[in-house]
Amino acid sequence: MFDLDRWQEIFQTLSKNKLRTLLSGFTIAFAILLFTLLFGIGNGLKHTFEKSFNDDANNAIFIRTGQTTKPYKGLQSGRKIQFKNDDYKFIVDEFGNKVQFLSARIYNNVQAIYKNEQNNYSLRAVHPDHQFLEKTIIDEGRYLNMFDLKNKSKVIVIGRLVKEDLFGGRIALGKSISLNGVTYKVIGTFSDEGGDNEERIIYMPITTAQSIYGNNDYIDQLNLTYNPTLNLEQAISFGNLILARFKEKHDIDPRDQAALRVSNMAEANKSVNQFMMVLNIIILFIGIGTLVAGIIGISNIMVYIVKERSKEIGIRKALGATPKSIVGMIMLESIFVTAVAGYVGLLIGVFTLKAIGDSLETYFIINPSVETYVVVGATIILIIAGTIAGYIPAKRAASIKPIVALNDE
Amino acid sequence: MIKIEKLHKSYPIGKDKLHVLKGLDLHIKEGEFVAIMGSSGSGKSTLLNIVGLLDNHDEGNYFLNGQLIENLDETKAAVLRNKFLGFVFQSFNLINYKNALENVALPLYYQGMGRKERNERAMQFLDKVGLKERADHLPSELSGGEKQRVAVARALVTNPKVILADEPTGALDSTTSASVMELLKEINREGMTVFVITHEEDIANETDRIVRLRDGIIISDEKVLKKAIV
Repeated sequence: MFDLDRWQEIFQTLSKNKLRTLLSGFTIAFAILLFTLLFGIGNGLKHTFEKSFNDDANNAIFIRTGQTTKPYKGLQSGRKIQFKNDDYKFIVDEFGNKVQFLSARIYNNVQAIYKNEQNNYSLRAVHPDHQFLEKTIIDEGRYLNMFDLKNKSKVIVIGRLVKEDLFGGRIALGKSISLNGVTYKVIGTFSDEGGDNEERIIYMPITTAQSIYGNNDYIDQLNLTYNPTLNLEQAISFGNLILARFKEKHDIDPRDQAALRVSNMAEANKSVNQFMMVLNIIILFIGIGTLVAGIIGISNIMVYIVKERSKEIGIRKALGATPKSIVGMIMLESIFVTAVAGYVGLLIGVFTLKAIGDSLETYFIINPSVETYVVVGATIILIIAGTIAGYIPAKRAASIKPIVALNDE
Repeated sequence: MIKIEKLHKSYPIGKDKLHVLKGLDLHIKEGEFVAIMGSSGSGKSTLLNIVGLLDNHDEGNYFLNGQLIENLDETKAAVLRNKFLGFVFQSFNLINYKNALENVALPLYYQGMGRKERNERAMQFLDKVGLKERADHLPSELSGGEKQRVAVARALVTNPKVILADEPTGALDSTTSASVMELLKEINREGMTVFVITHEEDIANETDRIVRLRDGIIISDEKVLKKAIV
């Protein structure tokens, strides 16, 4: 295999038969190029999809309250359902083992003042787990902790754009801000991939908000993530169970659709997953199709090449070439051409995808790219196909009597 | 050198068999210059293919250089061809993308000889057939006579025991034919066994012994008495 003489013989054959070499090389390079491009663009679509579902934790369940629309157990319809701290405790007690993170939320709007700057922002009063529920990224300082909640500390974590508005380029950490007349200390700043609105938010400990803004134990919303070990079906039924138990707890008609709403990411995930699966199948189908086309192409060319060379093979055999050396020669040639051409196609494909980059974002294609192992795998498959495609006719050509090959004009 | 006893060969044609060689006996000694004559269909090409190990026989014995040829697989046949036999074909059968030198050196490549050595040796034989200056020409740039000389050099380069020539002058004009025959005679004078197949009487008369075939049977086998005429 690494006999220099043999390779010289092969290089001579390849370079003296340029058309033939180009033809087979082109087929392979083109197949790999198409494969890379289609696969890459498919992956670009996937990336877009993944990104649009990246704002919140993808195993989140949000529980919101509303007004009853049906009378139940002697209670009138139109009753407003209000969560309190014991609803938070209810989840911990009832579903503790199925919950990963849990946080209550209180919404408020506040006017923030720092020195001469002032602006209105949404306030969210939360538990420390909220950081993971919302995928909040801490840029400086820290997030809220249990200690803050216990002490009802007047501390806040501000969004990137809040910091920009109030502080400009100056340091915000450790500074005091007035929210609706009460002074709070900034203990952290954050960013969020969910967009600008998510970065115009101020977080504070839920206990602090309850004591300052209402002096009660009201909660607006409960957010949690289910244990990631649950599969989608289990997660969906878990969501339904939470809803049923809360309806029971708050004396709501089980058929009442408006009094309590549970948005379960598992349900969205289910449709996303189905869509992704279809997308994956399409990509796989395209990939396999391209490969099969490439395999058929290279097989045809190999059959043609061996046929065209049958006289030469006859001559070589008459001069003392063994069948093994004939098969070896044809196969090495075919492996060499497919490997080089496959690599060229791969390089062109990868560079094209790099060049496209994010320029097709308007067509929902972000960062079209292909995992190296996929293309290398595809190239190896084509090389193997080329080898087999070369082997069968080569084997036949090598086993026919030289006289038959010689007479074949 | 070549000994054939009761050799039979038939080819299948559809469901029937075409019986081409019907029990040939032939003995060619070392250093002989023999012509096999016969019209087309007489079985002479079949005989050459069997002698040349390009095809196998059905019945009878064939001894090449004292070795009984039987149950040869392609690999063994290839080694024997390379070692004992040199071929010259009517249609030259040079590899068209290799130049004269590379064509001559090819049998040595299959012997596993190093590149430098085989090119030297090939050049030596090209010189012998008078084509040293044409060494780097492709077959398409050579005349018919030159091509056949390259083929002769290629047949000789492995220093075989027998040269088998199938209608070596069949594609050449009479002047060129004469010069190719002269070359073969010269090789024979140096001690090489030469086995020529032809249907041309004057070509056969250049050899020392003529074996005539008709319908797969040897009808005559006689020495040529040309020297007496001159």
